[in-house]
Amino acid sequence: MKALVSVKRVIDYNVRIQVKPDGSGVVVDGVKHSVNPFDEIAMEEAVRLKEKGKLTEIIAVTVGGAKCEETLRTALAFGADRAVHVKVDDEIQPLTAAQALAAVFKKEGAELFFLGKQAIDDDAAQTGQMVAALLDLPQATFASAVAIDGGKATVTREVDAGLETLEFDLPGIITTDLRLNEPRYLKLPDIMKAKKKPIEVVGLGDLGVTATAGLKSVKTANPPKRSKGVMVKTVDELVTALKAKGLI
Amino acid sequence: MSKILVIGQHADGKLNSGIAKVVNAAKAIGGDIHVAIFANDGAAVAAQAAALDGVAKVLVVDRAGNDDYVASAIAPQIVALTQSGGYSHVLAAGTTSGKDFLPRVAAKLGVQQVSDVMAVHSATSFDRPIYAGNAILTVEAPAAPAIVATIRLASFQATGAAAAAAPIEKISVDAAIPTHTRFVKLEAQKSERPELQSATRVVSGGRALGSSENFSIIYSLADKLKAGVGASRAAVDSGYVPNDMQVGQTGKIIAPELYFAIGISGAIQHLAGIKDARTIVAINKDPEAPIFEVADYGLVGDLFQLVPELEAKA
Repeated sequence: MKALVSVKRVIDYNVRIQVKPDGSGVVVDGVKHSVNPFDEIAMEEAVRLKEKGKLTEIIAVTVGGAKCEETLRTALAFGADRAVHVKVDDEIQPLTAAQALAAVFKKEGAELFFLGKQAIDDDAAQTGQMVAALLDLPQATFASAVAIDGGKATVTREVDAGLETLEFDLPGIITTDLRLNEPRYLKLPDIMKAKKKPIEVVGLGDLGVTATAGLKSVKTANPPKRSKGVMVKTVDELVTALKAKGLI
Repeated sequence: MSKILVIGQHADGKLNSGIAKVVNAAKAIGGDIHVAIFANDGAAVAAQAAALDGVAKVLVVDRAGNDDYVASAIAPQIVALTQSGGYSHVLAAGTTSGKDFLPRVAAKLGVQQVSDVMAVHSATSFDRPIYAGNAILTVEAPAAPAIVATIRLASFQATGAAAAAAPIEKISVDAAIPTHTRFVKLEAQKSERPELQSATRVVSGGRALGSSENFSIIYSLADKLKAGVGASRAAVDSGYVPNDMQVGQTGKIIAPELYFAIGISGAIQHLAGIKDARTIVAINKDPEAPIFEVADYGLVGDLFQLVPELEAKA
């Protein structure tokens, strides 16, 4: 059984992002990028399933510009067997990405598709669900546990009310949440080996996808700042202040 | 004029408290507001939706299995209703359930979804947070075929009670429901305390509590204040409390009147979840903790002494 795992190149989560003064976006040039952390969890889960003998092949896929090759090399170092790079130069939105990913999933004849529950740049949290919709396949989002057995997936999901369990018939789409696993540290030999693994480059046109216009970005702004409050010295002082404001 | 469909999410016979906020977001867009209840038997939930100010009509789609809100089963019904009803907007609460089924609806309608709307400028222009709320993006969405959006609940007040209840109409939708996905179970954390996302006061504890036993001082203060109880990701990851108590970017985003951050350093990901709290009180032994940068009231000291004292004096 083959699995597809999508990985997205994003600004590293430790970077304090800067909004451009003209409001046209955030500064991305010269800023450290890495694999979307939720996608690393997706990658790790697929590798663990392969180690357990549940998968025969893992294919990493990304949709993006030339620099995304690094992202795919990281996925290959994790343990993907090969990769597909859907090369696009312009920024694309979740629906277009989902159309491209759905086409790759079909072409590869994969039965499982792991994606991070959201990318930490646009925080849209849509792509996995959209892939599932476009393929009319099952989806289990925000997964915190996954079991694959007898042509079925049993997935525990992190929902507002607690933990929900869903079961679906393969093939299907799973989006991964933080607690699913802890991604491994990459070792040098794996990083070296990844350099020799094959990456196939395709365009949107090869997949029969045309980018949809979608949402127009009007401007990007800094969020309103909270002003710094006061430091109190004692519990009495705090209680008096809160009572004066009618808060307790 | 806009014709707005609000998805009336619910559980255990109760309309999700966020729907009153979604209706308020719909009022800001302006137009005819219909709430759709997908349930096994939606009569009771529909009555709650009909009592919200601004709602013109409540539509009830009864079907065995709808209570489970499995995305692949709910989405085709919403798509069919959107198309047959000629809706210009489809809105859902930005809960885990709304985030699960609504992108599926958007993809079927062939549109990009606007995720986490935090402000409405016009029927087609919205603000949404990106980079964990460290930047705000204003987007313009194409009006046709429809605008599909989840509403960030922490950004909107709830609509009030209607002077007269809106009419309720039972309808059926023509949609093929796949059987490939089955709901197995929900392990809910039952609690007598106010629910985190709707509580007016919330007390949260962090890693500094040190153990799940020590967390009892947090519960005890919360009970005195009739507050909900939350936790930082560090406290959840350390196993002190269950995951559904997590407040932050990857947990719950809340907007209480009064928030206590106790033994929480204030990582960016936690702050993303409490930005909209009206008043933030921080208690921490480290005077340099980033939480003090955003707190309205800060108190430096040993939480194991200060919290019981606060409980006694509050």
